[in-house]
Amino acid sequence: MTTIYRKSTGLQDTELHYCPGCSHGTVHKLVAEVLEEMNAVDTSICICPVGCAVLAGNYFACDTIEAAHGRAPAVATAVKRLHPDQPVFTYQGDGDLASIGAAEIVHAAMRGEKFTTIFINNAIYGMTGGQMAPTTLIGQRATTAPLGRTVEQAGSPIRMAEMLSTLDGLVYAERVCVTDIPHLNKAKKAIRKAFQKQMAGEGFTFIEVIAACPTNWGMDIVEANQWLMEHMAAYYPLGVIKDKEAE
Amino acid sequence: MKKREIILSGFGGQGVMSIGKNLAEAGVVEGLEVSWVPSYGPEMRGGTANCTVILSEHRIGAPLVEQTTEIVVMNRPSLIKFEPTLEPGGIAFINSSIVPDKVTRDDIRAVYVPCDAIAAELGNLKVGNMVMLGAYIGATEALKVETIEEMIHEMFTGKKAKLVPLNLEALHRGIACAKEQMA
Amino acid sequence: MKREIWKGSEAIAEAAIRAGCRGFFGYPITPQNEIPEYMSLKMPESGGVFVQAESELAAINMVYGAAASGMRAMTSSSSPGISLKQEGISYMVGAELPGVIVNVMRGGPGLGSIQPGQSDYHQATRGGGNGDYRMVVLAPANLQEAVDVMADAFDIADQYRNPVMVLADGLIGQMMEPIVWKEHTPRVLPEKTWAADGRRGRAHNNFITSLLLEADACEKRNIGLKAKFDEMEKNECRWEEVNTEDAEVILVAYGTPARIALSAAEQLRAQGIKAGVLRPITVWPFPHARLRELAEGSCRGFLAVEMSQGQMVDDVRMAVGEKKPVGFYGRCGGVVPTVSEVRLAAEEFFKEVQ
Repeated sequence: MTTIYRKSTGLQDTELHYCPGCSHGTVHKLVAEVLEEMNAVDTSICICPVGCAVLAGNYFACDTIEAAHGRAPAVATAVKRLHPDQPVFTYQGDGDLASIGAAEIVHAAMRGEKFTTIFINNAIYGMTGGQMAPTTLIGQRATTAPLGRTVEQAGSPIRMAEMLSTLDGLVYAERVCVTDIPHLNKAKKAIRKAFQKQMAGEGFTFIEVIAACPTNWGMDIVEANQWLMEHMAAYYPLGVIKDKEAE
Repeated sequence: MKKREIILSGFGGQGVMSIGKNLAEAGVVEGLEVSWVPSYGPEMRGGTANCTVILSEHRIGAPLVEQTTEIVVMNRPSLIKFEPTLEPGGIAFINSSIVPDKVTRDDIRAVYVPCDAIAAELGNLKVGNMVMLGAYIGATEALKVETIEEMIHEMFTGKKAKLVPLNLEALHRGIACAKEQMA
Repeated sequence: MKREIWKGSEAIAEAAIRAGCRGFFGYPITPQNEIPEYMSLKMPESGGVFVQAESELAAINMVYGAAASGMRAMTSSSSPGISLKQEGISYMVGAELPGVIVNVMRGGPGLGSIQPGQSDYHQATRGGGNGDYRMVVLAPANLQEAVDVMADAFDIADQYRNPVMVLADGLIGQMMEPIVWKEHTPRVLPEKTWAADGRRGRAHNNFITSLLLEADACEKRNIGLKAKFDEMEKNECRWEEVNTEDAEVILVAYGTPARIALSAAEQLRAQGIKAGVLRPITVWPFPHARLRELAEGSCRGFLAVEMSQGQMVDDVRMAVGEKKPVGFYGRCGGVVPTVSEVRLAAEEFFKEVQ
């Protein structure tokens, strides 16, 4: 019998709790595959967030530390400094990273901490039930912006990859999505590159995934992916935001 | 040995903290219980700084004192502030190069030490502290002169070793100054 | 052994390095800046990691991370900064992570003052973070004790997989005293097989978390934690007594006020009032049982002395109950009580209870 597909050894043999159409599962898989391909499942340490990925330690096969809301970059800073030869990554959502943990991510990037952050930006608070995130688009509805986000009320959404790229400590930032196979392949390539740069000791690396949350967006999966490409990709442009080496 | 409860006070930079530390360190060398507590409040920023040193043969309870056995004052506000804390028979050590005043109480003794003038004579203003430390040792005999001399040798080593004779001289000028007045 | 004179904050930092602390994470705040300053130089020299964090929140979470990955780590701060660390302390208890937090207390509330205080007692002993939790809180009253308890603090933290607090006041942090670097006999400690430091052949991954979504599971975790707290209470309580055997009045105080109480008690004895001092060295666990025992004896009453408006006195009352009167004398906001104030308060109290 020929194996045509198997689950990555970077993942445990458990069932994910994520909603249908949610990008988390796909990104988990990509990260897991990269770890496996880099032969790093056995040495990596993941720092997972508060939010939908709070249980990521039940899915990733590597050791995992669940951090307080927004604090994953602080936790990762200590872990990486004390285990400099091991791959360390944070896996964070937009409420966690761009709101309550804004200080931690900015300063980790400023210090050029040699870990990788996988940032899942789905423009909404998922786990708490669809509240407005700092990344929620203008006009997008949320349970705390029932008429849609307005600039007057909440300002304009924050572009984390661009903002962090102003810091010298960040060596590589790319924004990706996983809506179809070509994008998914690009995303995986970006994740691999980030981990490689981390292990080369170059500095802080940041992958922003613009992600779908059909449940809290109130859409079906196809609609959600269309909306993502039409609206989110328009505001959050895909591609390499910064690559220090290439500059 | 009599328990010593000393407040040393002056402008920041006059070295009162380090005179205090020297006393405490010498106390440790002689096997005494010692404590050194700095004032670290807002007064540190520019104004008068002080520290409290206790030398005792017994376990030290409260490290801050209400009544002093000696005060070392390097500026005028310090004299005004701490003269009232002296116990009857206590000694005020006053840097008379800076402080023109005499003590106002007649139940205490005073040793006027022209620290800066002596230091200038010795050719290095920085040893004013050492003159004052000498005066304290000379008047109280709370610690052995040899202990301080040894400390000076330990303090200045390597390139700084050439400062040893200068500091020893400053120490002894201070001792002599105090002995003269206590006689 | 050689006696050396050290400054409190620096001695605490050095003691931590000697105790095998490999990570220090802090944020500047007076009056404990000498701890991070010392660490910034000495921790890397000893092969450890120093990070000046962006906030106290980040600092405690760095401790969380270091501990989760199996390393001995600590942070230090002073009162307002310790308030910010409460989140992390609660998470550390929840995730069963060891670590040491030093609080060099100053006057409060809010920014308060930078002078010595003890008004964080409730926060330290009752838990300032969320959830049902306890931690051992060591309260040194002199520098020898401060360095001795640092080594113990890391051992206790590792033994129970729980944070430990060292509760000092600004005066302890700022003063200089002689200390002797004693040989520390480490406890026999369990291996950190739970640490998330990379699987390296381990059959399963280690997942450090304080989250248990199922209420039953969370209750079970809490019951497990409680069993540890009971063990700590049974094993870790320490205190010192001076002249309590025949005492008519017992002053109860920890940290700097305990030193003041000792001096006051000496003066009271000289005046003919038989005074003694009970000094908790751990304020949690608090020596309730011993106080209760003393309350059943010939002592007429207990006077709590604090640099607060009365926090530890609650524990004294709890221990003594209705058996004997309990009085209180305190200064706060950064004011250190004088010996004569305490003596007078004790004289007054003694008149009442005689």
